[in-house]
Amino acid sequence: MAKVQGDVVIDIEQCKGCELCNVACPLNVLAISAEVNSKGYHYAIKVNGNCNGCSNCAVVCPDGVITVYRAKV
Amino acid sequence: MTQNFDIPEIRTPENLVYKKTSVLTDNVLHYCPGCGHGTTHRLIAEVIEEMGIQSEVIGVAPVGCSVMAYNYFDIDMQEAAHGRAPALATAIKRVFPEKFVFTYQGDGDLAAIGTGETIHACNRGENITIIFINNAIYGMTGGQMAPTTLPDMPTSTCPYGRDVKIMGNPLKITELLAMLPGTYYVTRQAVHSPALVRRAKKAIRMAFENQKLDRGVSFIEIVSNCNSGWKLTPVQAIKWLEENMLPFYPLGDLKVNGELVKKSE
Amino acid sequence: MKELRLMKGNEAFAEAAIRAGADAYFGYPITPQSEVMEYLMAEKPYERTGMIVLQSESELGAINMVYGAAACGKRALTSSSSPGISLMQEGISYIAGSELPCLIMNVVRGGPGLGTIQPSQSDYFQATKGGGHGDYRLIVLAPSSVQEMFDFVSLGFELAFKYRNPVMMLSDGVIGQMMEKVELSEQQGRLTNQQIDELYPWATTGKKPGKERRIITSLELDPGRQEKHNLKLQEKYRKIETTEVRYETLHCDDAEYLLVAFGSSARICQKAMDLGRSKGIKIGLMRPITLYPFPYSIIEQLSKQVKGILVVELNAGQMIEDVRLGSHDRIKVEHYGRFGGMIPSPVDVLYAMEKQIIGG
Repeated sequence: MAKVQGDVVIDIEQCKGCELCNVACPLNVLAISAEVNSKGYHYAIKVNGNCNGCSNCAVVCPDGVITVYRAKV
Repeated sequence: MTQNFDIPEIRTPENLVYKKTSVLTDNVLHYCPGCGHGTTHRLIAEVIEEMGIQSEVIGVAPVGCSVMAYNYFDIDMQEAAHGRAPALATAIKRVFPEKFVFTYQGDGDLAAIGTGETIHACNRGENITIIFINNAIYGMTGGQMAPTTLPDMPTSTCPYGRDVKIMGNPLKITELLAMLPGTYYVTRQAVHSPALVRRAKKAIRMAFENQKLDRGVSFIEIVSNCNSGWKLTPVQAIKWLEENMLPFYPLGDLKVNGELVKKSE
Repeated sequence: MKELRLMKGNEAFAEAAIRAGADAYFGYPITPQSEVMEYLMAEKPYERTGMIVLQSESELGAINMVYGAAACGKRALTSSSSPGISLMQEGISYIAGSELPCLIMNVVRGGPGLGTIQPSQSDYFQATKGGGHGDYRLIVLAPSSVQEMFDFVSLGFELAFKYRNPVMMLSDGVIGQMMEKVELSEQQGRLTNQQIDELYPWATTGKKPGKERRIITSLELDPGRQEKHNLKLQEKYRKIETTEVRYETLHCDDAEYLLVAFGSSARICQKAMDLGRSKGIKIGLMRPITLYPFPYSIIEQLSKQVKGILVVELNAGQMIEDVRLGSHDRIKVEHYGRFGGMIPSPVDVLYAMEKQIIGG
């Protein structure tokens, strides 16, 4: 069975740290940073490489800051 | 330091599965973190992109939190006075029947000050799409009671909760509009989980497609959150929404293809 | 060949709208102007020219439909009477703030409140000094005949689009209801959507590929930019004040006394002037056609010539303030007015002139 590898690119400057992506991720890839962006928001970060590219995070992101890639490896 | 989990080698155009639509501008949304307005804006913009109708759409922005919606959609838009969006949309569609016309309105705009315009546009059967964001509160002015504020729900103008004996009842305007002969499609959706977002997008797509049929108003209520007004974190707010808003404002279609949907209870 | 017809003022306005190539009329019935929409519906303008006529749920609805259509670059108009015009003020302010062209007719009736359905001119302040919130002006045309009820429609649209500004026709129940001979002008064509796109680069017609999107709004939260917007509006109003003043003078060359009146009052004053002249009193008449911009300069000029001015209005004294401003208090300026639907006779006006100005 082909394994699926995903990756997300987060525009951390536009992220407001609402955490809805974190809740929506089935593989617990995302968390909120300890650092803040230039607007003072803690932003979404990846905490492991388990992403399968399901897009749930991007779909619920109110600010459209997540771009998702998915490849068969 | 945080560890880097980037996998740059798969970030190629053919592997791209989700990217912000170009029908949204690059302006940073002014909405609070986690607000459903942003998600709903994105869905509308995605539908416009997918239907290829960017040059054929005219939107109407309301007064409320989404007063500056026109900053975010890369389409022609008009800014209405508070509650009057359906009147503007009526005229736009009548002078440009071949265009796609939508209003984007909050609960105060659509169900309080603009009730007259809403009901009559829906009753006349204007061939437009109305997107109605219901978060049960006035967000922009600082969290006052809305026509859709739940019984006993506190807001800044009913700080001890909405006492329906004194303040009157919440208005289920979507149920009311479904009864009118001029509405063709009436549905209630939400955008706080991936599955709900995907379903809401299908509804918005149908609401725009319906304009090709010229059968009347397509009306979509989005039960949404107001984290600032509710004084909750975004994650707490979506939990509160599910536990309190959805029992009172149940999700699903109320009217499809001009026919009321029978509830099996 | 001239096309002549005997018509009510309200009907002439409606026929003029069709012939001016208007795209859309939105209105709500109110006495004494209900004939406008009745005439339009009976004439089926949607068949004659493709013009849209829609009865709205309220005057609020009507004026905001005008906003929506005007923002699309269409020639949109509405009509109402005083209480309905009050309800429209919110929308009028937005239209002025968003710089949209449209035509609004007020067939004025007496107030305040529900008042009466009888004629009045008591909405002069509302029409010329603002009406709604914010610093804005309407171009205000005052027809005094059924012919002008017809002619000012195309003139109104011309000015509205020239300045991207709402134009109001301030008529009254006398002019709206009375019948006179009207010379009708030829049918003008409606603009095509392509022509609108070319002529009005601000109109929301759908964002063209590669072009900037078009936004119609009166909102600007940045104080600097909002001030700039207001200054731009004021600059426009100054331009209107210098270029669009319209008035009519009768027997002013040798006049010793001056009547100033607009609309139906001017018709009464014309007769009073004739009566006065038949008695040897040299009376002249100045009739402002544009109430905004007001013809201050002709008042100033005549105030150096005549001994006194009587301002005749169907109100408690509104335009008299502008006449006094124009006359710089050089001479006596008095007001004669009736209210509540009472209309003075020419004899009443002449008597007032003799008592308040000549003998006073």
